[in-house]
Amino acid sequence: MTRIDAKFAALKAEGRKAFVAYVMAGDPDYDTSVEIVKGLPGAGVDIIELGLPFTDPMADGPTIQLAGQRALEGGQTLLKTLQIARELRKEDDTTPIVLMGYYNPIYSRGVDRFLAEAKEAGIDGLIVVDLPPEEDAELCIPAQAAGMNFIRLATPTTDDKRLPKVLQNTSGFVYYVSITGITGAANAEAGDVGPEVARIKSQTDLPVIVGFGIKTPEAAETIAKVADGAVVGSAIVDRIGKGDNVADVLAFVKGLAYGAHRA
Amino acid sequence: MANDLFNSFMSGPDENGRFGDFGGRFVSETLMPLILDLEAEYERAKTDETFWAEMDDLWTNYVGRPSPLYYAERLTERLGGAKIYFKRDELNHTGAHKINNVLGQIILARRMGKTRIIAETGAGQHGVATATVCAKFGLKCIVYMGKHDVERQAPNVFRMRLLGAEVIPVTSGRGTLKDAMNDALRDWVTNVRDTFYCIGTVAGPHPYPAMVRDFQSIIGKEAKEQMMAAEGRLPDTIIAAIGGGSNAMGLFFPFLDDKDVRIIGVEAGGKGVDMKMEHCASLTGGRPGVLHGNRTYLLQDDDGQILEGFSISAGLDYPGIGPEHSWLHEVGRAEYVAITDKEALEAFQLCCETEGIIPALEPSHALAHVAKIAPDLPKDHIICMNLCGRGDKDIFTVARHLGFDMSDTVGRDAD
Repeated sequence: MTRIDAKFAALKAEGRKAFVAYVMAGDPDYDTSVEIVKGLPGAGVDIIELGLPFTDPMADGPTIQLAGQRALEGGQTLLKTLQIARELRKEDDTTPIVLMGYYNPIYSRGVDRFLAEAKEAGIDGLIVVDLPPEEDAELCIPAQAAGMNFIRLATPTTDDKRLPKVLQNTSGFVYYVSITGITGAANAEAGDVGPEVARIKSQTDLPVIVGFGIKTPEAAETIAKVADGAVVGSAIVDRIGKGDNVADVLAFVKGLAYGAHRA
Repeated sequence: MANDLFNSFMSGPDENGRFGDFGGRFVSETLMPLILDLEAEYERAKTDETFWAEMDDLWTNYVGRPSPLYYAERLTERLGGAKIYFKRDELNHTGAHKINNVLGQIILARRMGKTRIIAETGAGQHGVATATVCAKFGLKCIVYMGKHDVERQAPNVFRMRLLGAEVIPVTSGRGTLKDAMNDALRDWVTNVRDTFYCIGTVAGPHPYPAMVRDFQSIIGKEAKEQMMAAEGRLPDTIIAAIGGGSNAMGLFFPFLDDKDVRIIGVEAGGKGVDMKMEHCASLTGGRPGVLHGNRTYLLQDDDGQILEGFSISAGLDYPGIGPEHSWLHEVGRAEYVAITDKEALEAFQLCCETEGIIPALEPSHALAHVAKIAPDLPKDHIICMNLCGRGDKDIFTVARHLGFDMSDTVGRDAD
């Protein structure tokens, strides 16, 4: 059982929805980033998605892309990203950390070496945007063998015929992408999302978390109501990008978490 | 080898879109169903005579194929060695090989009922070809082009706009060809229902590398027949320039199982292939990685972050290369070399002076390598080089490098 499985078991027992927050590792700089990540559990975040910066984030909008650029310009690397997880683990051994990014930095490090290092650093799961089920042999299967969750994205274009393939090697939870588009773009509509989540849940026992296009506490609440939880990324990263201090960022996160937990 | 099916170099990719370890389908889930649809449609079209009949008709009457195979006599004399032929794809409608592929993809898009075409472009040649074919069929066309390229390829930007395309200058990332490709992918992921992504080179997720190669293979098929007619035998060496590698793949593919034909791909060496990485030579100076839907050789740093390429030629300015080239490189069927900006400029002028042909800067790289090896080869050694584009678009860049002030000329014309 990973920290992710344990967290969802606990949430279920409490009858609460999950609030998942995404931040880019090393944004706006390494030290501030560590401070923000350390503050997330206290602000009500159930699962942390830690962005692994990449030069070419094809599925992300300008907000996340600029955050990645800030991090890379500040010298952020894969190893420094794992170091942020280690810093959190010094004081928190229960909040799951999911590393989210693109395959090339991981491939460049070498899959086996990366998995060993990530596991040791306290990473619990991976979301790798450019690894669909067709490429499961690359990282998904080795990651599960190493005891890490591999969380798959399901999207509005994932039809019933394809859904079993997407769910097949997914573990931890299913991340439903609420819109066709990039992060931080259009608003997620609960009316569209609800039936889709139900469709996925009819084929899996895994929790279904919804992300993309959720920007406010109200949106987090309405979306969490029709799913097992909600993810907010760009709206938080936007605050960091605008230069908000750590306390203000965490206060904003607290509001979002409150919204999701009200559901 | 040619008769041994099991050892053929022409059987790839496999059902997972792999050429050896290269290629694949590294895209987000949103795009996966679209790519599978495209693959199914392409598989249907491949064996559909009506599809190829439409292609043939347009290749003949719209593009002007077959392009000539031309004996470059004065250049051959000047270099004093091997006999040099040009495959003249610069004489195609729109002035480059790009339209061979665009026609195929747009016909497919029409068969799939897509009404909105998006494309990325570097030098603008693929953008112009896409805008052209979209105009011909009355399709909406959006072209993503790096901001830096919009500035250095102004004539092509104007052409695309004349042809009714919307040109979107890309400022994300560093505003180059790879960023234009990122933004095109972002557009596609957002507009999944009505949009067809017309990729300009033999890269991207499967089936693009194989599909674009198949459309461009008309170059090699014609060259083979024309060479047999002219010389009664195949060439000894075939040479083409490589950015993403579509004109090269088009020339190379029909020759892959002709083991006596030496195959050379010429990458853009920029200021020189060294530690400073001011070049675009992915095979000569890069290592395998995953970008834009495929595994291939990439310019990247130690942490797997993608580096910007550098080349005088906007058409070669891409940090990756088609996956089939990566495979041909690893199995040793083709050789890959790098030519610097300076060498390409010299070859550009040599071609103008000896043959009365103004070549694009991209094939000028191939020609520079021809000029390097031809003098030491015997006179009965036949080289066939793909002259894949004409140089009209590049005269401003070349003038600047040769110290000729064009702004004056333009000013006088305006008066």
